[in-house]
Amino acid sequence: MKSRQPTNSTTLLSLKLVGVVVGMFAFAMWAMPPLYNAFCDLTGLNGKTGGRYQAVEVEVDTSRTVKVQFVATNNESMPWEFRPTVTSVKVHPGEATSVTYFAHNNTGKDMVAQAIPSLVPSNAVNYFHKTECFCFNQQPLPAGASAELPLRFIVDQDLPRQVNTITLSYTLFDVTKQNIELSQGAVN
Amino acid sequence: MAHGPAKGLSRWLFTTNHKDIGSLYLWFSFAMFLLGGVFALVIRAELFEPGLQIVEPEFFNQMTTMHGLVMVFGAVMPAFVGLANWMVPMMIGAPDMALPRMNNWSFWILPFAFAMLASTLFMEGGAPNFGWTFYAPLSTTYAPPSVTFFIFAVHIMGASSIMGSINIIATILNMRAPGMTLMKMPLFVWTWLITAYLLIAVMPVLAGVVTMMLMDIHFNTSFFDAAGGGDPVLFQHVFWFFGHPEVYIMILPAFGVVSAIIPTFARKPLFGYASMVYATASIAFLSFIVWAHHMFTVGMPLAGELFFMYATMLIAVPTGVKVFNWVTTMFRGSLSFETPMLFSVAFVILFTIGGFSGLMLAIAPADFQYHDTYFVVAHFHYVLVPGAIFSITAAVYYWLPKWCGNMYNETLGKTHFWLAFVGLNLTFFPMHFVGLAGMPRRIPDYSLQFADFNMIASCGAFLFGAAQILFLFNVISTIRGKHKATDKVWENPEGLEWTLPSPAPYHTFSVPPQVK
Repeated sequence: MKSRQPTNSTTLLSLKLVGVVVGMFAFAMWAMPPLYNAFCDLTGLNGKTGGRYQAVEVEVDTSRTVKVQFVATNNESMPWEFRPTVTSVKVHPGEATSVTYFAHNNTGKDMVAQAIPSLVPSNAVNYFHKTECFCFNQQPLPAGASAELPLRFIVDQDLPRQVNTITLSYTLFDVTKQNIELSQGAVN
Repeated sequence: MAHGPAKGLSRWLFTTNHKDIGSLYLWFSFAMFLLGGVFALVIRAELFEPGLQIVEPEFFNQMTTMHGLVMVFGAVMPAFVGLANWMVPMMIGAPDMALPRMNNWSFWILPFAFAMLASTLFMEGGAPNFGWTFYAPLSTTYAPPSVTFFIFAVHIMGASSIMGSINIIATILNMRAPGMTLMKMPLFVWTWLITAYLLIAVMPVLAGVVTMMLMDIHFNTSFFDAAGGGDPVLFQHVFWFFGHPEVYIMILPAFGVVSAIIPTFARKPLFGYASMVYATASIAFLSFIVWAHHMFTVGMPLAGELFFMYATMLIAVPTGVKVFNWVTTMFRGSLSFETPMLFSVAFVILFTIGGFSGLMLAIAPADFQYHDTYFVVAHFHYVLVPGAIFSITAAVYYWLPKWCGNMYNETLGKTHFWLAFVGLNLTFFPMHFVGLAGMPRRIPDYSLQFADFNMIASCGAFLFGAAQILFLFNVISTIRGKHKATDKVWENPEGLEWTLPSPAPYHTFSVPPQVK
């Protein structure tokens, strides 16, 4: 066995290969989800709108009118009544607009909901700013109660010129089970 | 018996011998092949006629899922690891694998993983029913409780594959005989070296994606849950980042097998050895940048669709190089058609058909029509059954005389081939037509217009299944047979393994051979 290379080179090689394995596992677990989210934020691809926007004083561009449509969807097994109070509004870029969604907990138990936004076309995602949105927080509603959920937004003046219509969709998820403690705190 | 194998069961439980472990892997994979085959026959029996006759739709879904998982992780991958265990040390002139104890471990955790996976069939709520691709949220929010067992089984299979791969890389890089330079290695060794690198790169990603599922199911994270800010599409990206290299893991060693067999029976050296090596490496590299062609319909931007479409089509270039090299090796050769050669020629032809349907699927705008139809099922069965399964079968017929010292019965071998060949084409060719006509995959019932082709496919499936029983009979009767094989077995085969006596002694190349 003298002609063989020393066994420690096998040990070293194996350790390096184990390093690759550990590295790829870490890459999948801790790098891929943030990279995916960063990529989607940058491109607006999955239609997720950003968080709270700090409004800045800008001139309203009255030469352009953009139609903003509102859609509401209940995720499977979510029994609430959930709809926009107006289905569409016409706005000028730069102008702050307030609309509301209507939600009614038609069940006999206290529940918590979370609305998840999705916006098309994707090239408008980064030009649609929300200064106030019910989707920023989970929404608790006691049994039988109703609420007007506020949404205040500004369409950016730099919105690509070919975009004339923006559709904003909210899907309402039942998160009662995940957040029993939180819901009790919020209702009280 | 100082150097012989131990007696009884302990020989197999505690063995660190690469030949013993290779045999264990091969027998295990054949058992899984039969189990996965039974699942497939349940599917085909239900689809023999439209309407629901034999199984409940829920159980049908469990069958499609378990068939895929068992065939991919239980049959094809362990079979190739078994072949690598047997052949790689003998081909490079090494006495054994580099890490023999780990070799024992990487095999012996597999039966536990599959026992766990198979036991889910008897659990409340049934076995996993979300398809072998286990897309979230089907596999998280809507999964049966047995999904946790599935996750741990996948973890164990992954650990086994990773250990096997590290062992193979260490063996190939550190234990070659003097004079055996990298570019003198047989192509089976080359393809396995590249496959092993693919495995250590992507099996951890699979472990990662199932770990994220586990967290979502049990620890209230929201990797794939939209309500918590996650995204189910992320699952598909991570899964296919593993999944696409995985399909090459299942085919690259097959390329190595047929590259060994075709020259022997064409009585000509392999045409374009170096280009074969570079083509294999190119395919391996490209396999990392094409994953989203499985997800053309999730709503990618045009730029993404175009990139993944062209990158996918690019893979046809190195693959084409390989096919032309095999054809050119046969061209003007002195061909004879023993069983391994029949399987290898069928491999070249039928794998090419599967490659072409793959090109059709790569066309992003056309894929919207084909997506999730039986056309996809036809495509990947054409690359996996005549690709992986036929090459493994060819390898067994080619090297079995070297392993056990006895020659198989050529007539029975050829009978096996023709039954399998006819059965396979009857099963999968009609699936192209029903797929193009719009029959969706993974459904227990279908519209009447698909009835005739489905009946043909079901008949073919049972024929193919019967052919594998003949294979089992052939192998057992060869092992127990009296017809001794010569040391060279074939007329003038290339490679160090043929310099050894038949059957190959328990310990080989204790003194490394000199390679000129």
